[in-house]
Amino acid sequence: MTSADVVEIAASPEAIAARLAASRYLADDSLATAIFLAIRLGKPLLLEGAPGVGKTEAAKAVAELLGRELVRLQCYEGIDAGHALYEWNYQRQLLAIRHAGEHEIDIYDDRFLIARPLLQVLRAPVERVLLVDEIDRSDHEFEALLLEFLSDFQISIPERGTIRAAAQPIVILTSNRTRELAEALRRRCVYHWIGYPDARREAEIIMLRSGDVAEATARAVANAVQEIRARPLAKPPGIAEAVEWANAATILEKGGSPWPEAFRRAIGLLIKDEEDLSAIAPELGRIVEEALG
Amino acid sequence: MRRPQNLRPAAAPFLGFARLLRRHAFHIAPEQVISFMQAVTLLGPRSMNDICEAALATLAPSPDRRGELEAHFRNYFYGDAKPSIEGEEDDETRVKDDRGAREEERQTIRQEKGGELSSALEQLSSRDFQRDADGLSPFRRKLVSALPARRSFRTTRTRSRGTLDLRRSLSEIVSADGDIPSPLLRCRQAVPRKLLLLIDVSGSMKLHTADYLKLAHAAVQGADRAEVFTFGTRLTRITSALRIRDRGQALARAAALVDDWDGGTRMGPTLLAFLSVPRFSAFARGACVVILSDGLERGSHAELEIAMRRFSARAFRLSLATPLAGDPRFRPATAALRAILPVLDDLVDGSSIGRLTDFILSLARPAPTADSIWKRVS
Repeated sequence: MTSADVVEIAASPEAIAARLAASRYLADDSLATAIFLAIRLGKPLLLEGAPGVGKTEAAKAVAELLGRELVRLQCYEGIDAGHALYEWNYQRQLLAIRHAGEHEIDIYDDRFLIARPLLQVLRAPVERVLLVDEIDRSDHEFEALLLEFLSDFQISIPERGTIRAAAQPIVILTSNRTRELAEALRRRCVYHWIGYPDARREAEIIMLRSGDVAEATARAVANAVQEIRARPLAKPPGIAEAVEWANAATILEKGGSPWPEAFRRAIGLLIKDEEDLSAIAPELGRIVEEALG
Repeated sequence: MRRPQNLRPAAAPFLGFARLLRRHAFHIAPEQVISFMQAVTLLGPRSMNDICEAALATLAPSPDRRGELEAHFRNYFYGDAKPSIEGEEDDETRVKDDRGAREEERQTIRQEKGGELSSALEQLSSRDFQRDADGLSPFRRKLVSALPARRSFRTTRTRSRGTLDLRRSLSEIVSADGDIPSPLLRCRQAVPRKLLLLIDVSGSMKLHTADYLKLAHAAVQGADRAEVFTFGTRLTRITSALRIRDRGQALARAAALVDDWDGGTRMGPTLLAFLSVPRFSAFARGACVVILSDGLERGSHAELEIAMRRFSARAFRLSLATPLAGDPRFRPATAALRAILPVLDDLVDGSSIGRLTDFILSLARPAPTADSIWKRVS
């Protein structure tokens, strides 16, 4: 794909939103604008939001929209260069040295290099989209390393020299905001905060994402979930949970449970914390009745 | 990033907007302003909304300040609501002054009421001056090494007891021409755990909050990852204020952030509110959680119990430091304390900075659970 193709795909925020909808992802105006700007300005896109609002899904949809492969780097506490950039295959290197005997051998050949996500993207920037997932879980050292990568798009391998990206790769970072990211990182990115959608949009998302949920059911689920999220729960339900709940309730209803009952029996797919369940249980009947209203 | 050679007059408002935001303590880098203008050009802009979206995406305000940025945007580009933004700020400062005055008033009233209370207050202030110099700075220095450690995924070189460091060994082998001189080892690093301080600022804790804030300041300065929140009727995060090095300045900033000084306590609901914010509760995971409170909950303690159970499920160690335990006759006898005692790891004396610092520095050492200690006593 050439840069002209990218410009054509990302002609305007509306074009992006339409293409995202085609890959079954509903983006609101500001998310579409942020994606548009990130692609056209050639900057990384930083998505922040509560768990379960569709940050990772957004990245997948962007990769699909550009027709590129998604390379995902899941961050965790203690992630280091060996997991993110590259590593040498030492066992093979040692074997090769044995085999070579008296012959000359280059043990820093491509054969012995294990490319990790950042290097993979660097090698084929126009065929891949890099997703750095849950960057808030990594520690500060890794953030600094990432910052360096994002500013120059190059990796230095002491044994090999510097590898540069031929073109500017598209990078998406997500964060649950369990800690504040460094200002420098935010500054370098196009930023978007994804909130929970309103009831109408959530109903649309449920319809789009689930198998065969009726419109009335999707609306009821969206309304009930909005109501449930307003409470102080340990784990407020995300959009994915709402979709599963709608799916499960539909299946139960087809199996013979009447409506409010089907929702109540499927609640385990929406609320996955015992204490939250017991907190919400007394009111669940009323919430569902009202949502079905 | 290329900079426009000569700024067109139409671009001036955008530059002005960035300057306005900087004046209101938004951190905006020059490259962000350039991106902002590029974004506006890319978007058309077809409407004012486009410009606003571009500002939000490129100037990257933190989610808590998003509303503020939008208000400034409306004020700057539409020219409305100017008085309300500035008015708000004035209001805030005025309230702050009022609050300060009220505090003093209440203190004097209390001093007149009971001899016991006022003498405690005096004792406290005289103790302060001595402790300032020698109590907290050793605490700050020792804190990092005193916090309990966990094994990180990252490795470090070691001379004994580790796994083989293949990368370094191999380069050693290559440089030694195929000989293996001695295997090089590495082991997983130990990283100090996070420290979470939750400070009760309700009326009943009035005598101690000043001390606790000083302690919190030292903790934030000393530990790698520490978070401090105050709670009374609301929950306030004051970590960012306490990051300022100068203690006086930091405490003044923190004091200004907190809105519920010396009010009532709603310990259960505020702690639950803490846990329901994902980014806060994630911080509590695997952390040392120290709650500085007398544990006096008005009304039912059911919510407090739930909150404490959740905390203990998340935290590495959950401790409650209460100033009441300074009294040798103290027993955890209230219904609320008895209910939460089984989930607490420690219930300790929080009546003075000295006791607290000693306790926090001892967090890494194993101790019997609070339940067993207090059963033995009573």
